[in-house]
Amino acid sequence: MDINFMKKNDILIAKVKGELDHHTSDIFKESINNEYQKGYKNIILDLKDLNFMDSSGIGMILGRYKMVKDKHGTLAIVGANSQLFKVIELSGILRVINCYKSIEEAINSMQRGI
Amino acid sequence: MSYSNKMELKFLSKSQNESFARTVVAAFAAQLDPTIEEIADIKTAVSEAVTNCIIHGYENKIDYIILKAEIEGNKLIVEVIDNGVGIEDIEKAMEPLYTTKPDEDRSGMGFTVMQTFMDELEVESEKGKGTRVKMVKYINTNK
Repeated sequence: MDINFMKKNDILIAKVKGELDHHTSDIFKESINNEYQKGYKNIILDLKDLNFMDSSGIGMILGRYKMVKDKHGTLAIVGANSQLFKVIELSGILRVINCYKSIEEAINSMQRGI
Repeated sequence: MSYSNKMELKFLSKSQNESFARTVVAAFAAQLDPTIEEIADIKTAVSEAVTNCIIHGYENKIDYIILKAEIEGNKLIVEVIDNGVGIEDIEKAMEPLYTTKPDEDRSGMGFTVMQTFMDELEVESEKGKGTRVKMVKYINTNK
């Protein structure tokens, strides 16, 4: 597992790699929280290189959503494969979190305030 | 007579073993020539069941989890067993979004994922004795 960060204005782009389960979710959570505290408003979770996710991943995403919401920001998901999307869809989080095909698309939506 | 096979594994309730358990079951199920989607469903459901043993059954204490898998024709049966605290109210525990640990970013989706991704789910539990989750998946039914 691995996580890389990129910056685009006030948007933190977190590229999550490997597998996201109960074992790895705390590590991902802590890394994202630490980086976000550096003054960002929005988060894009890039899941393109994530091979597996169970409901621990949903908990991790929801926790980050609440953190971003507290700062009146937005959280978006990018690049979820079909297994990930099935878990994401089942959880109902798509009612509050948008999924995009590319980082550019997510950034454009955030900058337009969608 | 249809093909059959069995395996049984005992491992410690360490979170590192969540990945190990789902990979083992996926490898065992591979002899049924499942689709990529079926394998993903099985891995996700097994991961949920094992995570439940670690977080809820043993409350993060280290003890043994038993994983059994069986093939009967095109049917895959998976059992995940712990000797932990047990579930007081199974019906409540199986409600979507219900969690006893909301402060730990738990989504309360574990049993919902198992129910949705597998074809059958059976949960037996006794307070102070442990929990047994039995899941069934029919492989390649569309072939």
